Amino acid sequence: MTHSPHTAPPTRLQRVLASDFVFDFTRAPLAILAAAVVAFLFLVAILAPAVAPTNPFDPASLNLMNGFTPPMTDNMFTGERFVMGTDDQGRDLLSAIIYGLRVSLFVGVMSVLLAMGIGVSLGLVAGYVGGWLDNLIMRIADIQLTFPSILIAMLIFGVLRGIIPPDLRDEMAIFVLIAAIGLSEWVPFARTVRATTLVEKEKEYVQAARLIGLRRGQIMWRHILPNVIGPVLVIATITLALAIIAEATLSFLGVGAPPTEPSLGTLIRIGQDYLFSGEWWILTFPAVTLLALALSVNLLGDWLKDTLNPRLR
Amino acid sequence: MTTPLLHVDGLSVEFPQRRQRLQALDGISFTLEAGEVLGFVGESGAGKSLTGAAIMGLLEPPGRITAGSITLEGRRIDGNAAGVRGREIGMIFQDPLTSLNPLRTVGDQLVETIQLHLNLPAEAAGARAAQLLEEVGIDPARRGAFPHEFSGGMRQRIVIALALAPEPKLIIADEPTTALDVSIQAQVLALLRRLCKERGAAVILITHDMGVIAETTDRVAVLYAGRLVEDGLTAAVIAAPRHPYTRGLMASTPNLDAVSVDTVLPQIPGSMPGLSALPDGCRFHPRCDVALPDCSRVAPVFAHGVACHKFAAEQKGEAADAG
Amino acid sequence: MLIILARRLAQAMLVLLLVALISFAIFRFVGSPVENILGQDATVTDRNELIARMGLDDPIPVQYARFVWKALNFDFGISYRTAEPVADLIASRLPATLELAFISALMALSAGILLGIFTAIKRGGFIAGFVMTTSLIGVSLPTFLIGVLLIWLFSVELGWLPSFGRGDTVRLGFWETGLLTVSGLKSLILPAITLGLYQMTLIMRLVRSEMLEVLRQDFIKFARARGLPERMVHFRHALRNTLVPVTTVAGLQLGSIVAFAIITETVFQWPGVGLMFINAVYFVDIPVMSAYLLLVGTLFVLINLIVDLLYLAIDPRIRDRNLRGGGG
Repeated sequence: MTHSPHTAPPTRLQRVLASDFVFDFTRAPLAILAAAVVAFLFLVAILAPAVAPTNPFDPASLNLMNGFTPPMTDNMFTGERFVMGTDDQGRDLLSAIIYGLRVSLFVGVMSVLLAMGIGVSLGLVAGYVGGWLDNLIMRIADIQLTFPSILIAMLIFGVLRGIIPPDLRDEMAIFVLIAAIGLSEWVPFARTVRATTLVEKEKEYVQAARLIGLRRGQIMWRHILPNVIGPVLVIATITLALAIIAEATLSFLGVGAPPTEPSLGTLIRIGQDYLFSGEWWILTFPAVTLLALALSVNLLGDWLKDTLNPRLR
Repeated sequence: MTTPLLHVDGLSVEFPQRRQRLQALDGISFTLEAGEVLGFVGESGAGKSLTGAAIMGLLEPPGRITAGSITLEGRRIDGNAAGVRGREIGMIFQDPLTSLNPLRTVGDQLVETIQLHLNLPAEAAGARAAQLLEEVGIDPARRGAFPHEFSGGMRQRIVIALALAPEPKLIIADEPTTALDVSIQAQVLALLRRLCKERGAAVILITHDMGVIAETTDRVAVLYAGRLVEDGLTAAVIAAPRHPYTRGLMASTPNLDAVSVDTVLPQIPGSMPGLSALPDGCRFHPRCDVALPDCSRVAPVFAHGVACHKFAAEQKGEAADAG
Repeated sequence: MLIILARRLAQAMLVLLLVALISFAIFRFVGSPVENILGQDATVTDRNELIARMGLDDPIPVQYARFVWKALNFDFGISYRTAEPVADLIASRLPATLELAFISALMALSAGILLGIFTAIKRGGFIAGFVMTTSLIGVSLPTFLIGVLLIWLFSVELGWLPSFGRGDTVRLGFWETGLLTVSGLKSLILPAITLGLYQMTLIMRLVRSEMLEVLRQDFIKFARARGLPERMVHFRHALRNTLVPVTTVAGLQLGSIVAFAIITETVFQWPGVGLMFINAVYFVDIPVMSAYLLLVGTLFVLINLIVDLLYLAIDPRIRDRNLRGGGG
């Protein structure tokens, strides 16, 4: 299971997904729309305290009488109106979504940064130093790639939870989540960076830099790293979409964001309970938000891939 | 008067593009008698392979026949070549390395073809396959082997056996030896010619090599930029080429007459125009050293086996002199 | 053939030992086994006695060897949460997961390959274009949302199919199957679609692109020139060549079905090992997590091995290269 055909599949699949003429027609205007959606959602998330109608975590703002108010209707007891309705505790759903989006995006971005940090460093080292170190890193990458990253994230999440004392588990949950997703997504970064490094290090300017007596670290940082920025950016965008979905999935499964800091996935988990009783909005609005976010980031990543056209392999 | 084996009349093929339609073949006409070996010669892109593909009904979309007719023994086959493909007209492609399905044994592929076309029971088809392999010089015991176990020359022999298996009346061989080692090119060509002669099958041999034409064919048709420029008995064309392009082709071929090694071969200046930038008039005129004023304006009519204003003018002059 | 088989087996064993090592590390070093079993108030004597009994004071390699040996005998320790042997837990829940995964895989493979061939052959056609566009949405939807969506449509709105559980099951020896009762089969439909849909789209798109690539090759042109009808060209010649590269990827995809079953099982409260694993992660039930990792690892290695052998069976070129000792 260590020979090359097995290591290719994910990239091959990505290529299959990316190289479709169905996309070609619709891409450009869609990319603009996607970028706009992503920018809007990021802005809302960052400015959450300012733009959200209420603070959903401030118990004082909750009125149980407002519970289960459908969207855009007057509550029969209090007469209050909520754009997206309220949940069982009378919490304004729009505010909950805005804050949930904040959690989702925070976890997503941070885990991508973590994955990128690990992947780029390991890729640089593997490519530049080579030898047994390269072998070791790439073997680990190969094996990790055989398993779905969501499974690895769950496993890491479980292990980290086991290491943390029980009373700190909820408090640290967000960071555990970031670590779990970040550690499960580093491989594509490492592979791309390694491949580029292998090519760049043979080029004359790097040889020259070596002759001048620049140290390894300096050469990697100043000469090789700039060459990988394009591909890394593309992978980062695609990974962001994966990370957002991974976070939502874990939170939906109840092994992600803690109840005190619900993300979009947590909101969907809660909403699912009210499907049968007819309170559809508690599920629908968070789900649509998540879809819009994931789809937009995906489209953006695809467009970036075409525009920057790095040789992703 | 008997019906010829194959008659192609005014065949035109177009490739519609987003902005324009590229005319890849323009009014090709020729006739092929049973058992005859006809060579198609010209530079790559002249339309030789395309003519073969059009006859077989194997034009790659969006390419399509826009005018003309193809008749096999009096039956129109353009538009419904599927019925004759393989059975009555066989085809051999350039690269034997990729012409065979790598995942199936050569015997398998032979039997499949024989059974499909000759309606033989499995056993008889197997015997027939063995016999065919023997005829092309492959040990019949190896029919259980996969294509990758044979050399390029052997694979092309197998391809020939496959094309001949349904006993077609015509074989279109598209550069059958170009991909092979020079040392075995002649062998394979001789084999192809012999087997077709034995069966009375006609051959259309597509090549860019005047040497091959001279050695193998009875008649030759010269194509340039999608048009037929000259057509005649091989011996006659070689002895006295009438079209300036044919003359250029022959002059740039080394082995026709034994020239010494250090002779610099003359070349035709310039290169063949692309389909998107075809010149008006005679398509060869920008490269022609004997072009007349008319050549850049009016397309020459194909007559007396050649499409050339200069030749027509000379003919007229001779006729006038005589008269 | 035997040499290749032996080499592949050796490779597989190595990877398995590695997975076992990670499992062991989790089992041994995450949290304290002693505290988890005895609680924090146990006396020192109790602790020491348990440490000695479990062999936790032996050298680490010895403990690892013992772990592997026990695992080979289906002894994965005791669940911290339910105090049952983990092996019993798995044995009672594995059939549910395997049935779900098998049906999903069957669906994903057959529908994926058929649709892939269809969209490749009918490229440019209206229906094929529609299928391709739809599949794009299928790829972007998170699995759990597909499940929720299906429940909404078929359970809540239409009321046709159950939204959770396995329905009635029948016991055949040690195997508890839901495939023999109507309610069991009805309960299987939504989870199987949820689990299989994503894999199906991936396989379909892969088959399509590989098939288009094969159809461009010379031997297809030659097959047509030999007069073979399109049906034979597509199914006898193009399909098999398409399936060579598809086998590898499809194999891995199918392996991941078992892992993705975790999500589906949670959405549908399907009583399989995936749900067991999620609960173990939530309650930090280390022995269960470690055993699950071992289980899934073994499954993946097994699938890899099968894919490798299939590959050899399909493609004679690889077979020969391997026999000549070149190695893949």
